[in-house]
Amino acid sequence: MRSLCVEPFQNFSVVDTGARRTLTYCSPWKTNHKHEAVLFPPPSRPIRKSLCICLSSSSKLPVMMEEEKKTFDANEAALLVKELNESFRTGKTKSYEWRVSQLKSIEKMVVEREKDICEALYKDLSKPEFEAFVSEIAMVKSSCKEALKELKHWMKPEKAKTSMATYPSSAEIVSEPLGAVLVISTWNYPFALSVKPVIGAITAGNATVLKPSEIAPATSSLLSKLFEEYLDRSAVRVVEGDVPQTTALLEQKWDKIFYTGSPRVGRIIMTAAAKHLTPVVLELGGKCPAVIDSDVDLQVTARRIVAGKWQANNGQACISVDYIITTKDFAPKLIDALRKGIEECFGTDPMESKDISRIVSSNHFSRLQSLMDEYKVYNKIVVGGQRNQKELKIAPTIFLDVPGDSQLMQEEIFGPLLPIITVENVKDSIDLINSKPKPLAAYLFTNNDKLKNYFVQSVSSGGMAINDTVLHIVRSPNY
Amino acid sequence: MIEFVQDNEERIFQALDQDVGKHPVEAYRDEVGVVAKSAKLSLSCVEKWMAPRKGDLPLVFFPASAQVMPEPFGVVLIMGSWNFPISLSLDPLIAAISAGNAVVLKPSELSPTCSSFLAENIPKYLDSKSIKVIEGGIDVCEQLLQQKWDKIFFTGSQRVGRIVMTAAAQHLTPVTLELGGKSPAIMDSSSNPTNMKVIAKRIVGAKWGSCSGQACIAIDYLLVEERFASDLIDLLAKTIKQFYGQNPIESKSLCKIVNKNNFKRLLDLLKDPLVEASVVYGGSVDEEKMYIEPTILLNPPLDSQIMTEEIFGPLLPIITLDDIYESIDFISSRPKPLAIYAFTRDEKFKKQILSRTSSGSVTFNDTLLQFLCDSLPFGGVGQSGFGRYHGKYSFDTFSHEKAILQRGFFPELEPRYPPWNSFKLHFIKLAYAFNYIGLILLLLGLKK
Repeated sequence: MRSLCVEPFQNFSVVDTGARRTLTYCSPWKTNHKHEAVLFPPPSRPIRKSLCICLSSSSKLPVMMEEEKKTFDANEAALLVKELNESFRTGKTKSYEWRVSQLKSIEKMVVEREKDICEALYKDLSKPEFEAFVSEIAMVKSSCKEALKELKHWMKPEKAKTSMATYPSSAEIVSEPLGAVLVISTWNYPFALSVKPVIGAITAGNATVLKPSEIAPATSSLLSKLFEEYLDRSAVRVVEGDVPQTTALLEQKWDKIFYTGSPRVGRIIMTAAAKHLTPVVLELGGKCPAVIDSDVDLQVTARRIVAGKWQANNGQACISVDYIITTKDFAPKLIDALRKGIEECFGTDPMESKDISRIVSSNHFSRLQSLMDEYKVYNKIVVGGQRNQKELKIAPTIFLDVPGDSQLMQEEIFGPLLPIITVENVKDSIDLINSKPKPLAAYLFTNNDKLKNYFVQSVSSGGMAINDTVLHIVRSPNY
Repeated sequence: MIEFVQDNEERIFQALDQDVGKHPVEAYRDEVGVVAKSAKLSLSCVEKWMAPRKGDLPLVFFPASAQVMPEPFGVVLIMGSWNFPISLSLDPLIAAISAGNAVVLKPSELSPTCSSFLAENIPKYLDSKSIKVIEGGIDVCEQLLQQKWDKIFFTGSQRVGRIVMTAAAQHLTPVTLELGGKSPAIMDSSSNPTNMKVIAKRIVGAKWGSCSGQACIAIDYLLVEERFASDLIDLLAKTIKQFYGQNPIESKSLCKIVNKNNFKRLLDLLKDPLVEASVVYGGSVDEEKMYIEPTILLNPPLDSQIMTEEIFGPLLPIITLDDIYESIDFISSRPKPLAIYAFTRDEKFKKQILSRTSSGSVTFNDTLLQFLCDSLPFGGVGQSGFGRYHGKYSFDTFSHEKAILQRGFFPELEPRYPPWNSFKLHFIKLAYAFNYIGLILLLLGLKK
């Protein structure tokens, strides 16, 4: 009997009739056909919203079969870790051949399923195909290529110098995988920020579990499907779900956890990791400032800010420009140039543009809305401000000189709202940046070399770019 | 720092003798000398280490330049340990300073003489506005851990390591945990009899010669084939007598146990009757002076505490195997240790050890010296910790490497910006593939 699993979230309606739940399912292929399946889970055990249709080889009609899906709880998680550790202990993932085979499969997966990936990204974020290609697909392809090219070199032991104190001796540093690693990814670049760390883990020879973000459900389920199809499931798996599933995973002992997301959840992850002394990598965010001096090429600067704000998943990116600092005198010119730049890129009505992503969810929409509507903030809008709750759209919106203690200036915005803060002297911007927590990225637009040096020396951030935005994360093949 | 250790050598020796009964020669070798060496290396290399590194950029970025620039984290907390109370406090301190940080050092309260010596004298030699020493016990640690640090460097036990990391998680503070574990030594049959004497010396030196086994990289237990066990035990016993005389407890060359708690803990390890019965050498103690004689055990039960917990003392279990290759499964089925020592000349065996076990380090045919090698990173993996230092790794551990991209305003690439169309998509695809010829053809209208 062949079986086919479908997950048509929108087509389900669940009618709870006490001890038994009746599920009506509308087949997407046969719109007039209704099937009824009776499920017998006790009310306290939630069932996964998927249904398996078993096609018997002798029947033409699909026969509905109830399938009780187990919750992914701590026991399931423990079994998963055990299985992966056993796989790892066989030494399979350590071999060069295995790593190459998985990397090549990922490459194949991205090339063959580019359309599916773009569709999922569009479903989750209304991400324009161009952006999907540039910021997700191309990134993953180039990661694979680089890893395949450099792997032999990276795997080679590194010779180390010895001194008289240990003569006669030879020394080397040998890279080895950590074991079973957990990658927890996020929703804004749900494909790239899932697959890239997995590429890293596989390249280093680890067994890996990926937990994609539930806030990007189409990409999450596509990843689950694609990994099953293309990768070695004995050592690389996807676990879908939200808080309960993540908690179950975090209770286990991993050899490394790689997390991309918010500082709030980062703390939870590190605390859980501490119980097992598991090393973690936390790729978080912050308020990434852009300082604009008055001696710049205004048109190019404005375009690059537009690219680094609204073209980066509509501001929903860890390195997108969060806020701008410029001088009081220059602000009006900058605002005009930005207004023009927005129009050039997204048309006279950006709400209608197909080239800009939407807000990911109604939760985030409400969050952004309350940032915009705060007292003493809402009246500082100088560009944009339109919103459409049904379509989860907010227009590129610029604010001028909102109060420093407003939520907009305290929290990471992660959306299409851009506050501009003015200072007397452009150098004052550096004190303002340093009075806040260290950001992931900092940007400076200027032709003044002295200011560039001062900025680079005085501002601490994950990375920085001078006279551009976002590009500092694109890697060279020779690096 | 260099002046500090030079001027105060005698006082440091006295403090170490008071706290752990360390002989001046051992104290110089493991503490004073290590600190002086680290400080001199940092002094000679810091300018080089501080320099930004250039990165390659593909042509498509032109004109642009890329750099990686190390910068200090800010204010860091270093928590030292009691077994090497001078070097495990000052070595990380040197590292933090060379990376440009302000530092609070919390030496271990279990070595009180050294702790108060550091608190009194560091301010006399170092900038007391940016470098502070805070003394105290658990309550002081708790208060310090509640603060937001830019980095925490901890040397100590796994139990406290968890507490430190949990506290650090509240502020998303990166940590380095230098912990421990059961570091095994393996001896196979490939070493000839003349080498055996050297091997015995190196084993004895690595077990009892460094703080009487109270060291993270001391040999915790030994694995050897059954047929060599009794000869090895005899040789070890002879070597112990050679190093420490007939009555090691009287020897000035052996450290004492740091305090009553640890003394009791070690005695409790021997209380299990099956463990007690496995003692084949030594075993006597002096409770008043807190000395335990170098003690060798043969095949204590594998599930006894002495074989499941880190010993951190002068008790050496020897576990015999039928075939020395079994040692690989033995080690890899246990938590990853900080160090593995293997005495062998069998190249195949060496390869197996390297590929089938995981540890902070592996040393072939010697012990402890990996600690002195500044070009090798010193740190653990798994339960033995994470993060590393020594040499340049010290500087790197206390630095953030900032990525910097510098660009100009000209030329501007239009295909970077919306509104999107298929030309722009094609352009980006070619650019990402670094297909410059394709790009030129596209721009000239010669490519579709």
